[in-house]
Amino acid sequence: MRFHALRHAATLCIVAGFAASPAAAKVISVGATTSDANEKLQEALILAEPGDTVQLGAGVWKLTDGLSLDVANVTVRGAGAGEGGSILDFAGQQGAGEGLLVTSDDVFLTGFAVLNTKGDGIKSKGADRIVYHKLRVEWTAGPKETNGAYGIYPVESSDVLIDSVFVRGASDAGIYVGQSKNIVVRDSIATENVAGIEIENSYDADVHDNIATKNTGGILVFDLPSLPMQGGHNVRVFENIVNDNSTPNFAPKGNIVASVPTGTGVLVMANRNVEIFDNVFDNNGTANVMIVGYRYEHKDPKYQPLPRQIVVRGNQHGKAGYAPKFAGGDMIAAAMGGSIPPVLWDGAGDAVVLDPVGVLSLNLPDVKTPQSEAKPAPADLSKGALPAALPTIKLPESMEAKVR
Amino acid sequence: MKRVFAAVAAALLSASGGAALPSQTVDQALIDGDSMPPKLSAFGLFRGNDPKTPAAGIGYTLRAPLFSDYTDKHRFISIPAGQKALVAADGTIAFPVGTVLVKSFGWNDVNGGRPVETRLLIRRASGWTALPYIWDADGKDATLSLGGRRVPVSFKSPDGEAHSIRYAVPNKNQCKECHSLGGEIVPIGPKARNFILDPAASDKLRSLYFENPAMLKPTMPQWDDPKAGSVATRARAYLDVNCAHCHNPAGSASNSGLFLRWTDDPTGVNYGIGKRPTAAGRGSGGMDFAIAPGDPDHSFLIYRLESTDPGIAMPEVGRSTVHREGAALLRQWIAEMPKASH
Repeated sequence: MRFHALRHAATLCIVAGFAASPAAAKVISVGATTSDANEKLQEALILAEPGDTVQLGAGVWKLTDGLSLDVANVTVRGAGAGEGGSILDFAGQQGAGEGLLVTSDDVFLTGFAVLNTKGDGIKSKGADRIVYHKLRVEWTAGPKETNGAYGIYPVESSDVLIDSVFVRGASDAGIYVGQSKNIVVRDSIATENVAGIEIENSYDADVHDNIATKNTGGILVFDLPSLPMQGGHNVRVFENIVNDNSTPNFAPKGNIVASVPTGTGVLVMANRNVEIFDNVFDNNGTANVMIVGYRYEHKDPKYQPLPRQIVVRGNQHGKAGYAPKFAGGDMIAAAMGGSIPPVLWDGAGDAVVLDPVGVLSLNLPDVKTPQSEAKPAPADLSKGALPAALPTIKLPESMEAKVR
Repeated sequence: MKRVFAAVAAALLSASGGAALPSQTVDQALIDGDSMPPKLSAFGLFRGNDPKTPAAGIGYTLRAPLFSDYTDKHRFISIPAGQKALVAADGTIAFPVGTVLVKSFGWNDVNGGRPVETRLLIRRASGWTALPYIWDADGKDATLSLGGRRVPVSFKSPDGEAHSIRYAVPNKNQCKECHSLGGEIVPIGPKARNFILDPAASDKLRSLYFENPAMLKPTMPQWDDPKAGSVATRARAYLDVNCAHCHNPAGSASNSGLFLRWTDDPTGVNYGIGKRPTAAGRGSGGMDFAIAPGDPDHSFLIYRLESTDPGIAMPEVGRSTVHREGAALLRQWIAEMPKASH
């Protein structure tokens, strides 16, 4: 486990003094307190030109409509995401599906908070090389079904960096990366969401040095059918703290995350080449690691519902499996002396588990077999052939430079 | 519509004028340039700044218009002198550089029928530009409003129900959210399958602006005319107009995998039938499918159309009221589908 503050400090002195900005770039400052703040901020986001910074004043912005940015290479910088910083308060929101929508490339979002949006917090779509940095997205009353779905929500993008953000209260996923490629989620905190961090229908992601705590499920790696981009693969989940994911599931029924059992640490569903290593797990009542196939009916001949080439190694396992919240889980736990092993596999697809802890298989290799026909039994997954290690995700240097 | 035609004819054909309104000339250089004038009058698109009286151009309507809080919409096209629009074989309409699509929004019982806002879609050499203007309180001119605005209005919908809403004039980016195709702005409404040129316009006038006006024959049924087609085809026409500008593989909702164009396979999962929610969030309303055949009450497509909560409502922009008549048609369509076993 590294300490990100130290890492940032170390790199700071190397790059300081070398930062250069285009001569024409300007800073557009917008204040929080005017009665037409919504209109003025939206105008600033429209009139910004590539290279410009839109500077958000400190204070609480009372916003009534979603904001959007569609200009490439713009920085939106606030005075901080905490108390006394730039707080975008959407409690009175009347329209738009999110608080802030970004649809342009090379955008840098840093140092502000987005609170209590009706829908998603910050969404970026088709926005390549986007950097989310030192942001807070929060539903301040804590877990509620009426909260918005996603906190930080990049989709259909290449090169995504999410660094040092805090998300609380999302009724789906706090940090959700969907249908994207080349992704890093690091040094962030996701708490009291249904899913803390979710990588869905995406390729090539590193999720590391995060804290996923008090969610229903900590970190999810999913692939779903009938979407333009699927076949999710090459995801590394490492050096995270994933603990106490004990919040009862508060997702609207029907949503796929509504089926995530309370007390799940890392859940892999229908993905291939996923490595889960060097994490610290503790106090996840259902399982620290769960590996399953997609068991819903679907009509997509191109969809691959099985987990494939999943590797679990080098993790620290605290208490787990003492309150399994899936059908029949309590009976299995009782039969096994009060708790199930920390790693749970439904028996579909393949996985290699090298951690020195028990694995419980439900022995349901065919995803069409109903869970009621499970034949739970301990499994030894340590003998499988280890697939080649996945490479480190490398983002363009221009993105890393922004957060140093 | 006759009044529009009369004014257009007067502007085009009469040298001496004689109309009561002061004549005005379309500022083609301003249209072709790259500026965003703060006042709508700068374009000279109207005679006497009356948004219902074009200085030049031709009026049009749509067989199925996009629902926008029951607004009455007044539309016309200004095409530069000597240029013509071309209807392609696939039904798309290619407008020449310098074209302006002018659309004014209002209600008969608000502001004495004067519009609240006028949106311009301008075809410049660099592509289409969307500019929103809000009419000033005195109704004499309209002011550029890039950031959008909430305008409180009270009106009655056709069924007599009274509505008091904070009508949302979209900001410039929101124009693009709906008008985006593959990242570029494109017109939504003017497609041959849905397009009706001012029926009062003469053949001469049609030929003046369109290379092949005979190609403008709407093929989609009128959604609210039971005699125009089956419930299913009318529902699909409604979905095409109200949803498919985002719900197509190159639109703003491409990531949803829900595609609702007139040309999409209406039996496929990507048309919503048996499609589970993916990024719907609260929009799923606790339901398993976008469309549950035979069961509109458990189809979250209906749930989203009948909501005005920003975290649930579809479309995400451009609507603060529920389109009861549209939702009723879609309910009937789903109710008539044979139930599927899930």
